[in-house]
Amino acid sequence: MTNLDVKRTAKLFIGGAFPRSESGRTYEVFDKNKNFVANVALASRKDARDSVVAARGAFSKWSEATAYNRGQVLYRISEMMQGRFDQFVEELSLWNKNKSQVKNEVQVAIDKMVWFAGWTDKLAMVTGSNNPVAGPFFDFSVPEPTGVVAAVSGKEQPLLNLVKTIGSIILSGNTCIVIASKTQPLTAVSLAEVIATSDVPAGVVNILTGDYEEIAPWLATHMDVNAFDLTGVNDRKLALSLEKDCASNLKRVIRPNTKIDDLTRIKSFLETKTVWHPRGF
Amino acid sequence: MVFEYAPAPESTKIVDLKNNYQLFIGGKFVKSNGGKTYKTINPATEEVLAEIIEASQKDVDLAVKSARKAFKTWSGLTGSQRGKYLFRLARIIQERSRELAVLESMNNGKPIRESRDIDIPLVAAHFFHYAGWADKLDHAGLGKNPSPLGVAGQIIPWNFPLLMLSWKIAPALAAGNTVVLKPAETTPLTALLFAEICQQAELPDGVVNIVTGAGETGKYLVEHPDIDKIAFTGSTEVGRLIAQSVAGTNKKVTLELGGKAANIVFDDAAMDQAVEGVVNGIFFNQGHVCCAGSRLLLQESISDNFLDLLYQRMKTLRLGDPLDKNTDVGAINSSSQLQKIRELAESGTKEGAQMWSAPCEIPNKGFWFAPTVFTNVSLSHRIAREEIFGPVLSVLTFRTPDEAIEKANNIPYGLSAGIWTEKGSRILEVAHRLRAGVIWANTFNKFDPTSPFGGYKESGYGREGGRHGLEPYLKAGK
Amino acid sequence: MSTNYLTQIPSLLSDATKNEESLKKFLNGLSGVDKVGVEERAAKLATRSIKTNAKKEGIDLSIRMIDLTTLEGMDTKGKVKTLCAKARRPDPLDNSVPSVAAVCVYSDLVSIAKENLTGTNIKVAAVATGFPAGRVSLASKLQDTNDAVSQGADEIDMVIDRGAFHEGRFFDIYEQILTIKEACKSAHLKVILETGELKTYDNVKKASWIAMLAGADFIKTSTGKVQPAATLPVTLVMLQAINEFERATGKIIGMKPAGGIKTTKDAMKYLVLVKETLGDRWLTPDLFRFGASSLLNDLLMQRQKLKTGSYSGPDYVTVD
Repeated sequence: MTNLDVKRTAKLFIGGAFPRSESGRTYEVFDKNKNFVANVALASRKDARDSVVAARGAFSKWSEATAYNRGQVLYRISEMMQGRFDQFVEELSLWNKNKSQVKNEVQVAIDKMVWFAGWTDKLAMVTGSNNPVAGPFFDFSVPEPTGVVAAVSGKEQPLLNLVKTIGSIILSGNTCIVIASKTQPLTAVSLAEVIATSDVPAGVVNILTGDYEEIAPWLATHMDVNAFDLTGVNDRKLALSLEKDCASNLKRVIRPNTKIDDLTRIKSFLETKTVWHPRGF
Repeated sequence: MVFEYAPAPESTKIVDLKNNYQLFIGGKFVKSNGGKTYKTINPATEEVLAEIIEASQKDVDLAVKSARKAFKTWSGLTGSQRGKYLFRLARIIQERSRELAVLESMNNGKPIRESRDIDIPLVAAHFFHYAGWADKLDHAGLGKNPSPLGVAGQIIPWNFPLLMLSWKIAPALAAGNTVVLKPAETTPLTALLFAEICQQAELPDGVVNIVTGAGETGKYLVEHPDIDKIAFTGSTEVGRLIAQSVAGTNKKVTLELGGKAANIVFDDAAMDQAVEGVVNGIFFNQGHVCCAGSRLLLQESISDNFLDLLYQRMKTLRLGDPLDKNTDVGAINSSSQLQKIRELAESGTKEGAQMWSAPCEIPNKGFWFAPTVFTNVSLSHRIAREEIFGPVLSVLTFRTPDEAIEKANNIPYGLSAGIWTEKGSRILEVAHRLRAGVIWANTFNKFDPTSPFGGYKESGYGREGGRHGLEPYLKAGK
Repeated sequence: MSTNYLTQIPSLLSDATKNEESLKKFLNGLSGVDKVGVEERAAKLATRSIKTNAKKEGIDLSIRMIDLTTLEGMDTKGKVKTLCAKARRPDPLDNSVPSVAAVCVYSDLVSIAKENLTGTNIKVAAVATGFPAGRVSLASKLQDTNDAVSQGADEIDMVIDRGAFHEGRFFDIYEQILTIKEACKSAHLKVILETGELKTYDNVKKASWIAMLAGADFIKTSTGKVQPAATLPVTLVMLQAINEFERATGKIIGMKPAGGIKTTKDAMKYLVLVKETLGDRWLTPDLFRFGASSLLNDLLMQRQKLKTGSYSGPDYVTVD
């Protein structure tokens, strides 16, 4: 008789820990053939709230970390991802029977994280400037992270989209709360485990599983969230109401169905700070 | 009194005011389709300057149509052709700068010294800067062959009427967009004179359209389905409404909203220049400045002496006729703004802060508010949190750099901030940790077309000025 | 480190001039001067528009504030005589023109100037202490000063030792000024900083304080022999130092920009600077002087223009 597998409990990832939903709720996840896969934590508004607290708490340290350090941490994520290559393939295969597509997605996701890792210390060069003002002043502009960013990650290619969402947000020093694909959440749980072992400070990345329809409105109206990536919100009516809610404190928003390249995505969560100083003695 | 300055009024002869102004649509001045009219006044005298149209929904629609029609030809021009039109505009603005300055001061109430030496030269500089961008869009940071967005709806405030027009129109046109611009209700005149300048420059019809009016007209513009881009400068309150209004559309948005900047003075600052910087920070343009240094954060150990120097300096501020070349503080732009300032100032006194105003003689007519300082202010007071948009300074104190930064950041706004210290490493660290889009260290209220401007948090999003200011009017090349 | 310097001034002041160390410490504790800020402020004040009555008043005030100066190697008795005549009655055709404040000459010509100004309130100022370089021994400087004072000079314009300043020997400068001040007896002492050789505004501020602490009645920008001489921002820095000194000690010090002030327009700008920095109290020849020569004629031509409505020409004012 073969040994009995020890199955993983699929939990949330908040503040560097793996709690169950404070609501105690879970939902059943099935594979493509409707076979039961797991009971996954169903995040509540309070989990979302706790995630914002964790993300805000992590912001000052993460944004103050050197770009070199953030780059190393992101590269470490891709190393850990590579180590779990087969696991990601297996998980994605539950919903996608095309093996080569799945393998490709995992490798592209890993490569994407490497690409993000390399951006951390280039961003200021590419998006910053030294401004030749008409006067005796030294004047420069630098990019800075917007702050705490919420996101609903895209449903298709769940791993790749999750990596794009998280990587583009945190590389510049933002912290995030990401709501993962509801129907295919396992790679999100695995990615959380990768992140937990990649020197990413606690709270920088928070991953929630469950209904974004339920959680996203709480994040959209949350006054301590600075931006919202709505990419994965498919319901147009909900997207509209979320974007309206985001106006409460003028969150920066990426609308769903926006075709943007990855650099523009990165820039969507940046502020530009311009500093003036006179020169003379 | 010794050596009292005699009145030195700038002549208004250079300005040729009409009794009525029409809308500027499709390169022509046209009648309104059912729009009401209102009177625009000189806030320093309350005299009526002209009758202005409150553009109707139909008017706005015609303006957008005209911009849409012109978009094809304008975006089809080579960058260098577009650039040459913008250079022309810059030059004509320089040629007519005195006329523009006088008209600006008449309609806005700002001192002629400022409209002449700051506003109008910066307007020309903005057009000059973006003119040169028109044929270099490949270098705007969006890849090869970026494309314009289409028709931009632009809504500007009354505090720097023509300067805000230039911040909006110059980058939009350089990038190949066409525009419908709505000047502020109370200050439409220089925008209408700019329309004439567009005609003199032979700008193709419909590239710039100007519709006058109030909030309703602005709403028509924001909600118009054929607008691709909204650029707005004004209050956070209206900015929020715009952000809600464009939800679910493909309209791109730039918002430059309110502020409540901290101006932080450390004990080792160059004191006389810091005093001057604080004065310039809050009393420039009557404090009608979104990035005004309206919260003075003083290191406690120097606060008494600093305030003495500040009061001494403020006693020399000359309030009065905006057209007098020696006026430092002009008129409040409107009676409603004056009401708002008064109401907030009263709240300051009620909440326990101490008020001191410069001993200025207030003219009988017009809207005025003497430069005022509130001390004993705590962070919970309304005057420490709400944007007053007037010549009112709230003074708070701090003990350590950390405390200064914490207090400076403890506000939903994040537009600008000031730092005064002679210690370089302190400047860089404080500048780094302030959550604001523009940091002035050992200076304040400086603007330049090459220097990106815009806020964090509820002060809006997007940047104006420099390469950054071009991005919101372009989409990435394919 | 200059923490809290403003509040420390009163307590530091008593110690400031005790010895070399304390003086250095005190001066280094003064707040700095930002070049761009002070130049911007001066430029802004320079845009004041002075018209009609203000201009009229400003012109007469400026005339009354002039230290009419000749400091040439080729100065003669004759030259000083004509200068004194001009000082008494600047415009021979118009006796409503006031006299100037003083005539400023080398110390050997003091008695000639005195003789030619008897019966007037016009003061005689003498440059002393090895003018303009100041590179002579203290004994020579004293001798120079004693000569001028004994001949009846009302005012002594001394130069500071700029070499000593750049060597950081602030206390030596302080002591020299003290010594000269004593030798002045009842004569007023103007201390020339020669700002063009101090180079930075921070240095100008420090030197102003050394002079004021040592008992200068006036501080003065320049000898006129070094470029740049008086400028608006340098004058503004010195006026602000005077303001600070008064706030700290209650003592009122006068100011004299000298060199390069040639036109009425220039003079008006200086008056504006004084009015809006120190206030009306300083707008008197007792506390403000122009060290100038050709300025007077331009003031006279502008005065004629105001009176007649027509522009005047150089043939309608005297060349002495």
